[in-house]
Amino acid sequence: MATENTRPQDSADTLLDVERTFTDRLAYAGRFLWRDRSGVVGLVLFLIVVLAAVFAPQLSHYDPLEQNLRDNKMPPAWSEGGSWDHPFGTDNLGRDNFARILYGARVSLTVGFFGVLIAGGLGMVVGAIAGYVGGRFDDVIMALVNLVLSLPYLLFVVFIASVLGRSLLNVILIFGITDSPIFARVARGEVLRMRRSGYVESAISAGARWPRVLFDHIMPNLIGPLITLATFEMSRMIFYEAGLGFLGLSVPPSVPSWGNMLAAGRKYLTSSPWIAAFPGLAIMFTSLGMNLLGDWLRDVLDPRLRRARK
Amino acid sequence: MPAILKVRNLVTKFHTLDGIVNAVNGVSFDLHEGETLAIVGESGSGKSVTVMSLLGLIPSPPGQVEGGTALFSGPGGQRDLLKLSRQELREVRGGQIGFVFQDPISSLNPILTIGEQIAESLVRHQMMSREKARERSIELLTVVGIPDPRQRYGNYPHQFSGGMRQRVMIAIAIACSPEIVIADEPTTALDVTIQAQILDLFKRLRETLGMAVIWITHDLGVVAGIAERVLVMYGGRVLEIAPVDDLYERPQHPYTHGLLGALPRLDERESRRLVSIKGNPPDLLIPVRHCPFAWRCEYAFDRCWQEIPPLSPAGIQHKVACFYSIEQGGPRSD
Amino acid sequence: MHRYFLAKLGQSILLLLGVLLLVFVMVRITGDPAALMMSRESSPEQLEAFREKMGFNRPVLVQFADFSSKAIKGDFGLSLHFRTPALQMVLERLPATLQLAAVGLLMAIVVAIPLGLVGGFNPGGLTDSVGRSLALLGQSIPNFWLALIMILFFAVRLGWFPSFGRDEIKSVVMPAFVMALPVMGQLMRLTRSAVLEIRGEDYIRTARSKGLEPKTIYFKHVLRNVAIPLISVIGVQFGYMLGGSIYIETIFAWPGMGQLLEQSIGWRDFPLVQAIAVFTSVIVLALNLLTDMAYALIDPRIRYGN
Repeated sequence: MATENTRPQDSADTLLDVERTFTDRLAYAGRFLWRDRSGVVGLVLFLIVVLAAVFAPQLSHYDPLEQNLRDNKMPPAWSEGGSWDHPFGTDNLGRDNFARILYGARVSLTVGFFGVLIAGGLGMVVGAIAGYVGGRFDDVIMALVNLVLSLPYLLFVVFIASVLGRSLLNVILIFGITDSPIFARVARGEVLRMRRSGYVESAISAGARWPRVLFDHIMPNLIGPLITLATFEMSRMIFYEAGLGFLGLSVPPSVPSWGNMLAAGRKYLTSSPWIAAFPGLAIMFTSLGMNLLGDWLRDVLDPRLRRARK
Repeated sequence: MPAILKVRNLVTKFHTLDGIVNAVNGVSFDLHEGETLAIVGESGSGKSVTVMSLLGLIPSPPGQVEGGTALFSGPGGQRDLLKLSRQELREVRGGQIGFVFQDPISSLNPILTIGEQIAESLVRHQMMSREKARERSIELLTVVGIPDPRQRYGNYPHQFSGGMRQRVMIAIAIACSPEIVIADEPTTALDVTIQAQILDLFKRLRETLGMAVIWITHDLGVVAGIAERVLVMYGGRVLEIAPVDDLYERPQHPYTHGLLGALPRLDERESRRLVSIKGNPPDLLIPVRHCPFAWRCEYAFDRCWQEIPPLSPAGIQHKVACFYSIEQGGPRSD
Repeated sequence: MHRYFLAKLGQSILLLLGVLLLVFVMVRITGDPAALMMSRESSPEQLEAFREKMGFNRPVLVQFADFSSKAIKGDFGLSLHFRTPALQMVLERLPATLQLAAVGLLMAIVVAIPLGLVGGFNPGGLTDSVGRSLALLGQSIPNFWLALIMILFFAVRLGWFPSFGRDEIKSVVMPAFVMALPVMGQLMRLTRSAVLEIRGEDYIRTARSKGLEPKTIYFKHVLRNVAIPLISVIGVQFGYMLGGSIYIETIFAWPGMGQLLEQSIGWRDFPLVQAIAVFTSVIVLALNLLTDMAYALIDPRIRYGN
C-alpha cells in the first residue's frame, strides 16, 4: 500500500472516490478474503475433474462403452426407478452415465491440455520472437494474428472441423493452431514491455546474443501471464470441444466425450432429460472451476492481463 | 502576518490488509497569508497525504483522518476543514483552495477540451454563465502564458505539451482566485527548462494574486527559489520547520543535514534525488515510540530510542524535533 | 481523422483478402476438394466429372484468382444441395440471424451495463456480488446445454414459449436470451472494471479537487470515459453473436445463417459453407470498422491524432 503517492490506481479497489462508510471498509477487507477463497474453490473444482479423469477406472467398475439394452434409460439413483448401481442412470444404449462422465473428463482434459500446450508453445515462441526481432517479421506475424482474431472464431472452427473429419488429434490441432494467436499477442506485448525495461538492455550491452537474451532473460518472465491466459483458454477449449461434439464434429461418436453425450441425450430430452443434463453439468463444473482459478491467478500473477483479450 | 491555515496534530491512517499504515502522525504547522511554504520529504514521508487529508482527497477506504484540527480562515470566517460536511468541503475545494498535481499528462481528462475543464470550475463556484466562464477561461489561459488562448480553448489535452498542460492545470487551480494553492510536486514530471518556466510562472502569479502556496516537493534545490519557509517531514512527522535561508545556513536536524549534503552543487545541471542518506525510509506499519529517524541517524543516542523528540524552538521561527545539537556537538540543552 | 479512417479501411480490405484465401485453402487442406464435397459412394468417374465441372483441375493460382474475383462480386457459385446461387441462400437467412443477435445484444446491454455500473461504483456491495456471480455463471454455463434445459422447462413443461421456429414474436425470447448470457457476463465485467479503472485516474482526482458535485463527476468525467472501451466491445460482441449462432439456431430451429451452416455441413455443401463464412466475415469486418469510427467520434485523441 502506497502511502505517499495516494494514487488510487496503485490498487483498483482502493478507490480515491467519493464518500465511503464503515460498511464499505469492511466490504473492502472482506472482498480480498472472498477473492482468495474463490480461487481455492476454483482449484478444488479443477482438481476434482483431474482426479475423476485419472482415476476413472477405480471410481466406476463400469466400462463406459459397455451397452446393456435391457437397462437402458435408467434414471439417476435419487429418482424413482433409479439404482445406486448406476448413480447417474444409463443412456439410451444402457451405458453407465457416471462412468461416461468420468471417462469424458479424460477427453476434455486431453483436448484442453494439449490444445493449450500447442497454442501456448507456438504462440509464445512466435510472439516472443516477433516482439524481440521486430521489423518485417513482426509485421507479418501481427497481420496474421489480427486476421485470425478478427474472424468469427466459432464459425471457422466448425468449418475446419467439418473438412478435417472427426478425430481427437484433429480437434487438438485445430484448437492448438487457431488459439495460438492469442498467446502470441500476449507474449509479444510482454516482450516489448520488457525490452524497454533496463535489465534486458544491460544483458544486451553485456554482450549476450539475442537467442540467449530471449530464452534466458525474457521467456522466464513470460510464464506468469501466460499461465493465467492458459487457464482461461483451456476452459474455453473444453467448452468449444463439447460444442463441436454437440454438432457431431469432434471426436468419433464411439468415444465417450461430454459433447457426444449431449448430442445423444438431446434426442431423449423430454423422456430422459438426465442423459443430456449430466454432461452439461460436468462442463459447467469444469468451466466454473477454471474461470475461478483463472481470475485468482490473474490477480495473483498479473493484473495487466485484463486487457489481453479484447 | 496572520495564519490563513492552522494545522494541529493531524493524524491520518490507512487501514490496509497488511495492517495499519501510520501515514501522518501528529503534524502541526501554520500557513501565513500570501506566503509559500515548502513541504519537503522523501516518498512515504507523508507530505502529500498531509495536504490531501485536509480536503478529504485521500482514498477512503482505506484512508482515514483520525485526529487533529485544520483551521482555515476563508471568506466564510474561520472554520475547521476536518469538521466540514462533504458539501461544505466541495465549496472549499476549487473555490478557496486550488490544486496542481504532479503529472499534467494524466491529470487532465483526455476527452474534454481544456477550456471546458477550466470553465466548469467557474460555473460551479462563481455561478458564471457558460459564456462568461468561457471568456474568463480564455483570460486565465492568457494569464498562465498559453499563446493563442482563444484557439486553444477548444483543444484537447493531448494537443498540448507537458509544460503547457501544467500551465492549464495552474489555470484551473487559480480560476476562482483561491486563498491557497496546493502544488503537489508540480515540476517533478517536467524537464529542467520547463521546470524553471513553471517556477517563474508561480512566482509571478503569487505576486499578482497574493495567494498562499503549499509547495510539496522532494527536491530541496527547487525550494530555495520559491519558498519563504520550509517544513521537513519524515515518517509522517515534522522534523524541522524554518525560514528557508535559516534552514540552508544552519540546518538543525541530522536528516536535514543529510538532505542538504545530498543536494547537487550549483554547477551541476540536474537536481539529484535524495539518495545519499544511508538506509531506507521507515516502515509506517510499525508505530514508533522513539525518534523515527533514529535508525538512520549517525548521532542517535539513548534518549533518541526512548522518546519521540518534540518540536522545540531552535532559533527565530526555527523549530526542530531532535535531542542532539550538531552545533554544540552533544545533546541539545533544554 | 480521414487518414485514420482510410488506414482502418485499408486494413479491413487486407483482412478480407486474408479471409478469401483462408476459405479457399480450407476446402483444399485434405488435398482433394472433390472427395470432400461428394458422397463417399461416388465412383471415380463421377468424381472426375465433378472436378471438371467445378474447375478443380486447373492450376491452383488460376482457381484462386477465379474464386476471389467472383467472390468480390458476390458470386460463390451454386449451392450443391439447392442448385441456386449460394449468396442468395445466405441473404435469405440474414434477417433471422440479425434479429436474433440484435435482440440478444439488447438484452445483454440492458442487464449488463447497469449492473456493471453499480458494481463499479460500489464494489463489494450486494448488487456487485450478485452481478458478478451471475456473470461468472453466464460464462460457465455451456449455452448449447442451457438451450436444451430452457426448452425442457419453459417450452415443454410450462408452455410459456414455443420450443422452436420463428413463427411468433415470443419465439425470439429464449434463443436470444441464451445467446445473450455469455455476452452479458463479459459486458458486465468489462463495465465494472472500466468504471473502477476510470475512477482511479488522476483526472478524476483533479475533478474532485475542483469541488465538482459527485453527479457531475460521474456523468461528465467517469461515464464518458467508460463508454470508450464499451463501444468497442459491444461491436466485437455483436460480430461474435452473428458468427456464433450455430448452436442456438440449430437447437431452436431458428431459420438463420447458423442453422444454414449446420445444414450445409451435413450436406457437404461447401460452396454454401464458403459463402456463409465469407459473408459473415464481411459483416464482422464492417462492424469492426463502424466500431472504430464510433470510437473516433467519442475519443478526441483519435479524432485529432495523426
